[in-house]
Amino acid sequence: MQLTGAQALIKSLEMEGVEVAFGLPGGCILPAYDPIIDSTIRHILVRHEQGAGHMAEGYAHVTGRPGVAIVTSGPAATNLVTPLMDAYMDSIPMVAITGQVGRPAIGTDAFQECDTLGITRSTTKHNELIMDPEQIPLIVRQAFHIASTGRPGPVLLDLPKDILQATVEWWWPTDQEVTSSLPGYRPTRSGNGRQIKEAAQLLNAARKPVLYVGGGVLKARGAEALRALADLTGIPVVTTLMARGAFPDSHPHALGMPGMHGNFTAVNAMQRADLLVALGARFDDRVTGRLSGFAPDAKIIHVDVDPAELGKVRRPDVPIVGDCRLVIEELIRAIKTADAQPSAADRDATLGPWWEQIRSWQAEFPLHYEEWKQGDALKPQAVIEAISQHTPDDTILASGVGQHQMWASQYYRFEQPYTWVNSGGLGTMGFCVPAAIGAKVGRPDRMVWAVDGDGCFQMTAQELVTASSERIPVKIAILNNAYLGMVRQWQEMFYDERYSEVYLSPDLPDYVKWAEAMGCAAFRVSEPEDIVPTIDKANGIDDRPVVIDFRTDSNEKVFPMVPAGGSNDDIVVGPTPGRKVVQ
Amino acid sequence: MNHILSVLVQNRAGVLARVTTLFARRGYNIESLAVAPTEEPGTSRITIVVDAESTALEQITKQLFKLIDVLKITELDPVEAVVRELCLVTIRATGQNRGQVIELVDVFEGTIVDVGLDSLTASLAGRPGKLDDFAELVRPYGILELQRTGRVALPKRERQAARPVSRRKAG
Repeated sequence: MQLTGAQALIKSLEMEGVEVAFGLPGGCILPAYDPIIDSTIRHILVRHEQGAGHMAEGYAHVTGRPGVAIVTSGPAATNLVTPLMDAYMDSIPMVAITGQVGRPAIGTDAFQECDTLGITRSTTKHNELIMDPEQIPLIVRQAFHIASTGRPGPVLLDLPKDILQATVEWWWPTDQEVTSSLPGYRPTRSGNGRQIKEAAQLLNAARKPVLYVGGGVLKARGAEALRALADLTGIPVVTTLMARGAFPDSHPHALGMPGMHGNFTAVNAMQRADLLVALGARFDDRVTGRLSGFAPDAKIIHVDVDPAELGKVRRPDVPIVGDCRLVIEELIRAIKTADAQPSAADRDATLGPWWEQIRSWQAEFPLHYEEWKQGDALKPQAVIEAISQHTPDDTILASGVGQHQMWASQYYRFEQPYTWVNSGGLGTMGFCVPAAIGAKVGRPDRMVWAVDGDGCFQMTAQELVTASSERIPVKIAILNNAYLGMVRQWQEMFYDERYSEVYLSPDLPDYVKWAEAMGCAAFRVSEPEDIVPTIDKANGIDDRPVVIDFRTDSNEKVFPMVPAGGSNDDIVVGPTPGRKVVQ
Repeated sequence: MNHILSVLVQNRAGVLARVTTLFARRGYNIESLAVAPTEEPGTSRITIVVDAESTALEQITKQLFKLIDVLKITELDPVEAVVRELCLVTIRATGQNRGQVIELVDVFEGTIVDVGLDSLTASLAGRPGKLDDFAELVRPYGILELQRTGRVALPKRERQAARPVSRRKAG
């Protein structure tokens, strides 16, 4: 069967099971947009290419399948760089397709030409410039294989216009042909048996252990296995920003989020632990604080599918390369069959004092914020608690980056995996709106809420036009404190309250009018008693997006906080200045 | 400390850029670099001399191994490997010292590859230290131009000098 390169591309995407692509056409990618008309693939026309990238990420977050973005060359490709880097940092599977000028024009500074391959070399897991049209099906298959296996990540394919216009004989490579065409790519899946046995022994002997769970557990679809491990061993569980939802917050072993804005118990349990079991986590600086002061007495078991993570930051006592779900399952077997296997009663006795200590921290230093008083603007934490309480458990929550993101992670109760979509590693402001849209496209059966800041919202709000025209009913709660809040918080705490370039105004733009102009239902909430009724109203709207402008208190700061550069032992639990906790 | 990495790669467009970009992005310095196809069609060997501590080197090799086009990485112990480098050098050689320069080239088992009115170009191959010595000795006569290739290296076979850094492929 003879096809054009463009037809071969779209057919290859269909064969890979792609149901949705997010994109925006232009000069060099034009040939690929013609067969899209006849394709089974739903194409969602974005308003800015960055939106396409973040939508693909949101889609991938909640489905586990690679998100697909299709854009043209030059400025479109450069607009995609931020989402690619975001996906790379957070290990999100994604396949990006960019147009390129025709082969004869490459290197001539042609119109809308750029060195897409060079620019995205360090923002992708892999990228390819396709120079032979016959190779399109194979390279597309390779891209999906690389994006979704091992440590997932973004793969970019750059297609010159004349390649898309060429005529090719259609073929579809077998799995065998795909793997043998990639001799340098053999991700390890199952862990080393001897190391797993060693880990099981450490786990059985530990008196103050903590399971330090990262996003890798979600990527490996390992939430169930994790729960079985926690139930079997009785070990407390902390879930990093990337792992919220991997372990239910209502579980008695859940300690919540550790790190710079983690709760006191999660941070301190790691600090005092004698064993940290890092599962798909990477000892990020936002978790460890000053490295020399991090968990000084803990032995480390580190499980990760990426061997380069083992020993990158903290040298593990037992390194295990492998898929988190498989390794956890093998670990459970090893614990159950260990020679000196403790009984449940033994375990309770061994961990008893540790849990007593943890419960006393939880009682003494719970997450808290000051109560609302007459005349105050809304407490942002209260808005998030209300959303958490007045939406179904399987609701998907997206967020942008900054104070609202931290509050969302702290005050929203996550009960199910794949219900939290956020930008962790890169910290991309503007992620929220398009990522929420992508998530809703991926899971139309779920309610999708998003908590955004007023600063973030202004960066990518135009994608609500996309959501309205495509009837993607996401619900965006703007915590409007009229500031770039996190920067303001740092200026207040570390720059003597000298506020430099952080004020945004609560009324400019008028978020309600703006949202309505983009086809959304929109509300403004200034009084606490209106929070819940407005959330309920939004829950009832399913034919278009909803935007709620919550007027929140700009004086609210995110606590606890480990000051940048400080040790986790320097954690400041609350707003009282100078108050530190010493154990 | 200097380490020699012998990196076997698929010989595809852009593979060298991928390797060097990774070094730059992770903040590692390349001391010297030599690339050429191997006996195996479709593969090239990149010999990289890198100045790094052992822990940093481990991270470099692990990150390198994640590149899809990288097939195998071997760290070569300079003592247990054959290391060679080629050097072309143009030396000022006027009437009275011409003979001395030719004699030095001879002693170092080099060859004269070009002769000018008041200069000579010599080609020398050997251990990097030998090339350093030669350069020092002819410097007083005046080095007009010097070009070295960077090191190439292979493990000494019988003594099992090569230490495969990683057998596993990264995800």
